[in-house]
This record gives sequence, C-alpha cells and structure tokens, in this order.
Amino acid sequence: MTTELFTGAEMVVKSLSALNVKYIFGYPGGSVLDIYDAIFQQDEIEHILVRHEQAATHMADGYARATGEVGVVLATSGPGATNCVTGIATAYMDSIPMVVLSGQVATSLIGNDAFQETDIVGCTRPIIKHSFNCRSLADIPDAISKAFYIASTGRPGPVVVELPKDILVPQNKGTFSINTDVKMRSYNPNIKGHPKQIKKAVSTIKSAKRLVIYSGGGIVLSDASHLLTELVETLKAPITNTLMGLGGISGTHDNFIGMLGMHGSLEANKAMANADVILALGARFDDRVTNNVEKFCPNATIIHVDIDPTSISKTINAHIPVVGLVDVVIKQMLDELNSTGFTPDESVLAPWWQQINLWRNVKSFSYKQDKNEKIKPQRVVEAMYKITNGEAYMASDVGQHQMFAAQYYPFKKPRQWINSGGAGTMGFGLPAAMGVKLAFPDKHVICITGDGSIQMNIQELSTCMQYNLPVVIVALNNRSLGMVRQWQDMVYDGRHASSYMESLPDFTKLAESYGHVGIKIDTLSELDSKLEEAFSIKDRLVFVDVLVDEKEHVYPMHIRTGAIDDMWLSKGVKA
Amino acid sequence: MRRILAILMENEPGSLSRIVGLFSQRAFNIESLTVAPTDDASLSRMTIATKGDDKVLEQIVKQVNKLIDVIKITDITDRKHLERELLLIKVAAMSDKSRTEVKRITDIFRGAIVDIGKQIYTIQLTGDADKINAFIETLKNETEIVESVRSGSVGIARGEKALRI
Ligand SMILES: Cc1ncc(C[n+]2csc(CCOP(=O)(O)OP(=O)(O)O)c2C)c(N)n1
Ligand SMILES: [Mg+2]
Repeated sequence: MTTELFTGAEMVVKSLSALNVKYIFGYPGGSVLDIYDAIFQQDEIEHILVRHEQAATHMADGYARATGEVGVVLATSGPGATNCVTGIATAYMDSIPMVVLSGQVATSLIGNDAFQETDIVGCTRPIIKHSFNCRSLADIPDAISKAFYIASTGRPGPVVVELPKDILVPQNKGTFSINTDVKMRSYNPNIKGHPKQIKKAVSTIKSAKRLVIYSGGGIVLSDASHLLTELVETLKAPITNTLMGLGGISGTHDNFIGMLGMHGSLEANKAMANADVILALGARFDDRVTNNVEKFCPNATIIHVDIDPTSISKTINAHIPVVGLVDVVIKQMLDELNSTGFTPDESVLAPWWQQINLWRNVKSFSYKQDKNEKIKPQRVVEAMYKITNGEAYMASDVGQHQMFAAQYYPFKKPRQWINSGGAGTMGFGLPAAMGVKLAFPDKHVICITGDGSIQMNIQELSTCMQYNLPVVIVALNNRSLGMVRQWQDMVYDGRHASSYMESLPDFTKLAESYGHVGIKIDTLSELDSKLEEAFSIKDRLVFVDVLVDEKEHVYPMHIRTGAIDDMWLSKGVKA
Repeated sequence: MRRILAILMENEPGSLSRIVGLFSQRAFNIESLTVAPTDDASLSRMTIATKGDDKVLEQIVKQVNKLIDVIKITDITDRKHLERELLLIKVAAMSDKSRTEVKRITDIFRGAIVDIGKQIYTIQLTGDADKINAFIETLKNETEIVESVRSGSVGIARGEKALRI
C-alpha cells in the first residue's frame, strides 16, 4: 500500500475542511497561489474574493460574530498581509475568533528583504492571541488546528499562521494527518469559577441593597444570554449592557436599564454610581464605560467575573474576582442561589427600583423632530426598528450613527448587534454586514453607516454584486465626520478642522453603477415609505442615502474627567 | 519595588520576542532578562528582574501568564530564594600598587582574576545584584574600569518547591 502524499497547499485546505470551515475570505497573490490552486480543485470550502484584504478580515469577523464560528482569512505576503492589520486589531480588541493565513516568501529568502516580504508575525505581535511560523510541511496541520483551538476557546481572539511559499509548492509533498482534539500543556482555557469565590459573590449579592448587573461582550461570545436572563429574573435586579454586550439580554426586557458609559442612558450610569454591589459579567471596565476611574462608583463592592485574569483589577479594583467562563460561572451562581433557597426581598428591591424609575423618567434618550426640519438621525433608527420588528442584524460603522443605532434599536438577541467597539474601526460596517448576510441569507441585514465610514471600504459593493449579498446599507449622511465635528463643537469652540466633506459622491448613483439599487431620502415625509420600500427589496442590495441633520449631537454624553454619572443631557444641560 | 520573576515556557521560536514585546507594549520595566533552555530542551527558563508597584506587578504576572507559550510564572521575591548574577570586568592594572589592591578587593568579594593582560586584569564575580554593585563601586575607587559585562540575574526558589511541568 502506498500512502497518499500531499502538497502543503493541499494540506492547508484539507486542514480547514477537517475543521469544518465553510468560507474563506481572501485575496490572491504570488506567495499563496498554490493554496488558491488547491481551493480551486475542491468544493467543500467556498472562497469569497473581496476587493481589499482589510475587508476580508472584517467580513470574516462579521461572520464570526454572527455565527460564533471562527472567521478565516487568506492573504498574500507583504502588502496583502499588512492590509489585514487593521482587521486583526479590530478582532483582537473585541475578542473575536479569527484565523488569518498569511503567505510568506520562501524560507530561504526570509530575512533578505525579498519581494513582498514583511514580517507579518512581528507586525501583528501586539494584536493577536497567538501566531505560528510554519517552516516545514509537517508544521501545517498542527499549526492550523492549534490556531483554531486557540482562537475559539477561552477569551477568543485572532491567530496568525504564516506559510512560506516553498512549503506550499507542488515539488514538496508529504503525508497528511491532523489532530483536531488539541491539548496544550501551556494553555488550559476551560475554567470554572473557584467555589469559594462563587460563595462569596453570592452572599454579597444576597445582602445587596442596590445591586446592578453590568454585562459585556463576554455574554455574547459565550452564548450565555439565557443564563444571564435567568439570573436577572431570579434576582429581579436592574441590568445594564456595554456597547459590546447589547442583546446579551433583550433590550425590551423590563429589567434592562439601557447601555452604560459615555453615550449610555442616564439611568444606567446613575444606577452604577449609586450601586452598593456591582456584578460585572464578561465586561472589562473600559475607559468609555468608567469615565474618570478615580471617581468610579466609590461605594460599590465590585464582583468581577471574567475568563481573562488580566481584565480583572486592571483599571478598576475588584473586591471579589472570579476567573472563569462566564456561562459556567453564572450557572454556578444560580446553583448556589437555588441551593441556599434564595427569594428576592421586595422591601429592598422596591425603593431601589423606585429610584431607578425616577432616573428613567428623565428619558435621556430623546430628541426633537419638527415636521419641517431636516430628518433627525435618531428618527431613522426608530423607523428601521419598526420596519424590521427589532429583529434585524445590524452591522455598524463608527461614529454618531453607531451610537444612535446602539441607543435607539433595542436588540432582542445576542449577535444581532455587530460593531467595532474596542477599536472603533471606521470601514468595519459594510464588510461585517456582508459576512453576516453570507451566514444568514434569509435575514434582514442592515449596515448602518456614515458618509465618512462607508468610503473606507466602499469598494466592497463590488464583492456584494459578485456573491449576491443583498444587505441594506443605510447611511445617516450628515455631510461630515459627525462624531469628530461633535467634539469640535463641544471641546474646540466649533472649529471644524477637517471634519467636513466637501466632495461627497452621489451614493445612490455610485451603488447603481455597481448594479445595486440606490434610494435617496431627504425629507421626513418620505422617510417611512421609502425605508419600507428599501426593506421590501429582498434580492438586491439597496443603498439608502438619508440626508440627516448635520447639527445633531449624540446625547447623553459623559462630561470629561467626571464620574460615570456626570453627563450632558443635551446642549448645555447637565444631569 | 524590585521583583524577581521566574518563568517557565515553551522553547519555541518567537517565545522570547513575545515576552519582550509584551513588556514594551505595556510599558513594563525590565531591569534584566536572562533566558536559556532547561534540562528538558523543549522548555526555556527565564528570569526577569523588574520594578513596579503592586498593581503593575499583578498585571505583569497576569499578562505574562496569558501568553500561550508560557507554562508558569512565579514571583520569587518574597520567598526564600537564591539570586545570582555573573560579572566579567576588565580593570586597569598599571602599577604594582593597583594590582595588589585589585587582587585584595577581588579576594574579599570571593571573585577570581581569570585573565591577565599587560596592563589589564579581567575579573569574574558571581553574586546577587547588590554584591555586584558593591564590588564595582569598590573597584571604581581604586582603579579605572575598562569594560564590564553582567549576565543579569537568574533566580531559583530554595527548598522543595520547584518550577516545572
Ligand atoms: C479608521 C478610523 N479613522 C478615524 C477614526 C476617528 N473617527 C471616529 S468617528 C469619525 C467620524 C465618522 O464619520 P461618519 O462615518 O460620517 O459618521 P458620523 O459620525 O458622521 O455619523 C472619525 C473620523 C476612526 N474611528 N477610525
Ligand atoms: Mg457623517
């Protein structure tokens, strides 16, 4: 019997197949042509050809965020690989499982400044969970299966695998075997909460008078939404979500008090500031949440649950740290509550909720829309919510439109809200939406964007045509880099340095030239009907260009250097 | 304050650069760093001498531990431990007087003169960082230092406890 021999390129594809990969997002080039040739000769894995490698990373990222699977990227050495850097950083900041396969020059040339040589492993070192330099055929299956394991377990994140040309070429063959049941002596990601810490946490929760649950992206990543909801209902506690955690509990749940942080609701930030116990679940006390850390929630006992010990007590000191997978820990807490016979004390809850409802009544998410005025961006988001019944996937770009979407579209389910929270990467929205649409072709997938952000990856309109990805792009077009302009209004006496776009294209015509549908909306009276029309078109991409009031600011907003609940409610009005 | 961290990690290409990159990326201080394979060649043992307050130290230990290649890290500063550094130093030894004096100081510190040139002595000394500092200061008062090289500290806990897999 002769054993079958494979090239390295074939091994790459066979490894990906063994790991159940359905899609690869990428762009060809010299160093990876053998892999492309191997992909061409099979039909288990589909390759999606983007128009810029950055978009491949965001598309893989959007796919990963929506499905929970690992997003896979393939890029050539040198510029192909460096074009991936922004997307890798974006995935890293939000802990998204991603594997980036990067070509490299032949091993004999590495270090010689060869054509299209960049040290991509070096370039990406601070923005990856791990990376692998393959140097021989035999390294390939092992590196790829470890890359998937590392990317998808524990705190997920991007992993880079570097593949030099000479180990991919047809001249070089070897036997193939892959072990998909990875074990590593230096990496043990499955951690339960320490029983002592669970007991401590639960007894603190039980004696709390003003408890707030503060949950983040960890809930979404670990599919812990049901458990979280059960915990909230057991405790009858108020819950706030971070920007990354939206949908972790339904935005329409009675106990949900809105997003917290810089542009969060007054009630969420007030509740945090007045809490005596904060239960942080899969959140990391980001500076966009805390405002001035010196003034952060001085009277609260903080219970911090996270899989990543580095997140605990990094910015805010945790009184009761619990290291563990957040779904597992919530389950442990529920078990502890149930076994100790817990029922919430209404006499403690009532005054706390009374207080919260007073803050709620301020209605910090509100705006004025006069009939004859320009369309308010918030109004557009509300209209989309109605039309899609709050059930669309929404991928966002970065800026004011992102905040309006987060504030005015209460997401019912986790993974519905897809945004670059940690990195704040403009240009993320469209490719991310495409990744979502590929995974869920029958669902409404919106890309909410701005006139600035959309131009950072607008070339992907072409990819949408090629692969029939009929997302609905809604641009809240304010003819400016609105978020920058808002800061300039508030901090720089209204000097609008380079935040105004004087030469915007007609986006509807641009979309049409790619073969899509363009709809322009510039008066309030036509907003609802034209949006309805846009969402009724199911088989073609629609670019809705909504001309909105360029003077609108996002409120509420943290007052700089203040406490978490020091907020502007509207122009010149403090909470 | 000064801390000695003992790290056991996979002996893989790139492991060292991940540690060094982490320290520079997060603005952690490195006073010295030593690394070499252990008796088991698949593992590297590293000793890092660093400085920082408790909060920074907590982050350093956690961040290093988070690296996929790292198997274990312990802060051995507060335990009973041994710390050693190797110094090789060339000093001017021009006159009889200075030669005698250098020899005397070297003996007091239990060092050894390991090479002799026409006008230069090369001395070897091991000890913890304090002892090495003291030796260099003493020599400086006596003669001119031509060149010196220090290995950086290596550390190991005393007694039964061992850092291994
Ligand atoms: C790649 C990148 N460059 C710069 C920024 C800084 N930035 C944040 S929001 C913003 C303006 C975004 O403008 P637009 O997409 O039109 O959204 P708007 O705020 O107007 O809704 C800029 C420049 C960023 N987040 N990402
Ligand atoms: Mg804009």
